[in-house]
Amino acid sequence: MSEVYLNGIFVGEVEQPLEFVSQLKAERRKAKISQNLNVSYSEAMDSVMVESDKGRVRRPLIVVQNGQPLLTENHVRQLERGELNWNDMVEQGIIEYLDAAEEEDTLIAMTEAELTAESTHLEISPLLMLGYCSSLVPYANYAPGARISMGSKNQKQAIGFYVANYFVRMDMDTSILHTPQMPLVKSITHDISHYEEHPSGQNMTVAIMTYGGYTIEDAIIINRGSIERGLARSSYYRPSIAEELRYPGGLIDEVSIPDKDVKGYKSERDYRFLEGDGIIYPEAQVREGDVIIGKTSPPRFLSSLDEYNLASSIRRESSVDIKHGEQGIIDFVLLTENEEGNKLVQVRLRDQRIPEIGDKFTSRHGQKGIVGMIVSEADMPFTASGIVPDLIFSPLGIPSRMTISHLIELIGGKVGALSGRFIDGTTFHGEPEEQLRQQLQALGFRESGVETMYNGSTGEQFRVKIFVGNMYYLKLRHMVANKIHARARGPIQLLTRQPTEGRAKEGGLRLGEMEKDTFVAHGASLLLKERFDSDRTIVPVCEQCGLIAIYDEFKDRGYCPICGDAVTISNIEVSYAFKLMLDELKSLCIYPKLELMNKY
Amino acid sequence: MSSEDGDVEEQLPKSVVDEVKDELPKNASEKHVREVLQRVHQEYLKTLVEPGEAVGLVSAESIGEPGTQMTLNTFHYAGVAEMNVTLGLPRIMEILDGKREIATPMMEIYLKSPYNKGKDIRKVAQSFKEIKLKDVAAEFLITPDLNIDIVFDAENMKNLGITPAGVLKGMKVGKGITVREKSDGLSIKPKNKEGGLNEVYQLKEKLKDMYIKGIKGITQVLPVKRENEFVVITAGSNLKEVLVHPDVDAERTASNDIFEIMEVLGIEAARQAIINEVFKVIDSQGLNVDVRHIMLVADTMCSTGAIKGITRYGVVSDKSSVLARASFETPIQHIIDASLVGERDHLTSVVENVMLNQPVPVGTGLPGLITKVKK
Repeated sequence: MSEVYLNGIFVGEVEQPLEFVSQLKAERRKAKISQNLNVSYSEAMDSVMVESDKGRVRRPLIVVQNGQPLLTENHVRQLERGELNWNDMVEQGIIEYLDAAEEEDTLIAMTEAELTAESTHLEISPLLMLGYCSSLVPYANYAPGARISMGSKNQKQAIGFYVANYFVRMDMDTSILHTPQMPLVKSITHDISHYEEHPSGQNMTVAIMTYGGYTIEDAIIINRGSIERGLARSSYYRPSIAEELRYPGGLIDEVSIPDKDVKGYKSERDYRFLEGDGIIYPEAQVREGDVIIGKTSPPRFLSSLDEYNLASSIRRESSVDIKHGEQGIIDFVLLTENEEGNKLVQVRLRDQRIPEIGDKFTSRHGQKGIVGMIVSEADMPFTASGIVPDLIFSPLGIPSRMTISHLIELIGGKVGALSGRFIDGTTFHGEPEEQLRQQLQALGFRESGVETMYNGSTGEQFRVKIFVGNMYYLKLRHMVANKIHARARGPIQLLTRQPTEGRAKEGGLRLGEMEKDTFVAHGASLLLKERFDSDRTIVPVCEQCGLIAIYDEFKDRGYCPICGDAVTISNIEVSYAFKLMLDELKSLCIYPKLELMNKY
Repeated sequence: MSSEDGDVEEQLPKSVVDEVKDELPKNASEKHVREVLQRVHQEYLKTLVEPGEAVGLVSAESIGEPGTQMTLNTFHYAGVAEMNVTLGLPRIMEILDGKREIATPMMEIYLKSPYNKGKDIRKVAQSFKEIKLKDVAAEFLITPDLNIDIVFDAENMKNLGITPAGVLKGMKVGKGITVREKSDGLSIKPKNKEGGLNEVYQLKEKLKDMYIKGIKGITQVLPVKRENEFVVITAGSNLKEVLVHPDVDAERTASNDIFEIMEVLGIEAARQAIINEVFKVIDSQGLNVDVRHIMLVADTMCSTGAIKGITRYGVVSDKSSVLARASFETPIQHIIDASLVGERDHLTSVVENVMLNQPVPVGTGLPGLITKVKK
């Protein structure tokens, strides 16, 4: 007797468990019981597990009986004519869904050729082992798994045409590619998902070569001519939001051009784009610091005394301005109200992004790289027939990463571009490489895909033939314009007087603990001191009590708050952080006494 | 070139002089030898560390940088046959932190002739192993009259080369307990049975771990062939007893337990052991660190005559500067302790001066003026 469990709850016993299981399966295939049921027999526990819970992961397979798949040519023809659909086939028991437990009792053939008499199921397509994004990688069966997943992850970061109504949306931090294209080498997933409606890359002519060392460390070279013709050009959108918030006491923010007596008034110039309603007008060309929504807020602290005080009614400036390092054109202004019925203003900034050195590009094979140089069209290498590549990719990226699919796509793209058709590069059953090479030869090119090329700068013929073709390249959303940052001097923190941190705050680049160690290791003691001079201060110290003294500007002399003015006060140079530490120690009732000595 | 020829030989370490003389052709004239030595002396002076060089920091970086590559391989536990040895970063931390109890103590026992050529190797190796009563017993029984009967495992005893008489001889029982030999085992009779069953049970458990034979602490032995002689590798370490064992070549026998080496052989041996053990790990990872960096660390750890780890309880606690100690770990503790006794910080080392934004006293920050500046 074997125990039977339904969704993990004991329901009864059966005499012959295996028969019971196969009977249940047969009933399910005849649609007599729910399709949403999986059954398996565990020998170790001598029990039958029947599952119909939600949350199980299940996948479809073609049922095989006596070594023959139940799906026949007839069915396929009916499917093509639309007389049959997927659900019909599930109901007829041609296709069934298995969960992880039931899958244990099966022998699944990957392809029809692998079918044996023992086979119980046939995989619908080996492509099913990949997810949506991974199956967008062409010829993925010719690349290591790690590269395929990198390639599919990169596609999620590609700039493209992500929605058609982007112009009425207020999405944060998005980009639209100006002239997106359908890939020449595509997979059936592109068709299934209507990729032509939301493409995210462009077909480029790619030459695999080094050119003057600007391809070092995976960098790519781009043709300036191509960029000027609009290659990989995109628009970057970023909305700004301002709300009229309500405060206790009936006070409210006000969207308007701030008065000159407002606390924190910037300058007349900064407000020059604002119209009468305090909001910027569309198509205004703005730069950092320009105000796009003028707003004032009520004073922060209102004491009862101040209510009668006229001066205290001064409002605070709280306008929204263009952040540090940003610029662009005002694209769209939206005026509405929020859930509480307060005025809500959204202003979208648009910035045209032309590819520049430092922008990130990738093919669909995890071969990402940054633009290392933009070469004028005249200096780019060219083939005998005058073809000039849009992009030069370093051959050093190939051997260690073994992305053969990258190379096959190049040949595929070349055939596609020359013969004016799309190439099926679906993983596992795309057009075979051999066939592509033959077609290339038939089109009058070398079947290896290489061509004689000439140096654009000197006109000399290269001593090796260059592998050129067409590939689908993606522009990724990581653009230098959003990341470039440098500082010589700038804002400091109030507490520590050290430079602020982060690009948004125009911060410094930290010379950290380990970097400090390298200075010490080199014995560059004085240079190290200079690097740490960012919070250098000069403080007066009382030589008697060793605490920090006070400098009296009017009398032009120092005195000690403890020992009075009959003591020697000396100035010392320390980091402000140390002065702060002394103060903190004092607050802990620890007396940090400084004993001064002449250094020289 | 200085003409203090006579001094050159004295100024060079003897090993260097010997090596140079060894390399030179036998028929080289005395003049030539001296000339060569002079050049060697010049080169030697060039390689000396200059005053103000931050040797400690350079050592730290030189060990630390390859160490980051090692972190990724933390899970490499290289096994010598059936032995499990801690290697990689965990082992380095164990050594440098000055851990008293190490995870896998081990010994490499070199043997005297003729055993090192493989004579009775299995038997010799077995003789090192600590044998407990439970290794030779099949059963421990408590009889109804509160005696303990032990049944021998004849096969195990044969394998371990022990006779029942040997067991009896090896056993050391306290007063008030009599041990009697039976046909297939032992009968143990405690005189005082007032404690009842509970006490007898505890006695039984104690008896299981009773030492019979071999060297205490050595739990596993493994004879292996190294180049052209046999060595016994053991799990567990007991230098004191192994070194006096008649079949052991005490000069080459080593343990990986640094504290044990310090106790048995002294601090100089422990210093060398630290160097060897750290270098072994770094070398096994295929990393390239100059021994001199490790030597400096070992010197630091052993300079007080006892091993001190590179921890806040070890060498860091010896730093004279309050600020330097506070900047390492548990700053509040150090500052509070310093304030209680009114400690003074003379700002003589690196960290304190970085905190105060003063030039650090290494490299260009080291030299001072000899002439006094008038006020």
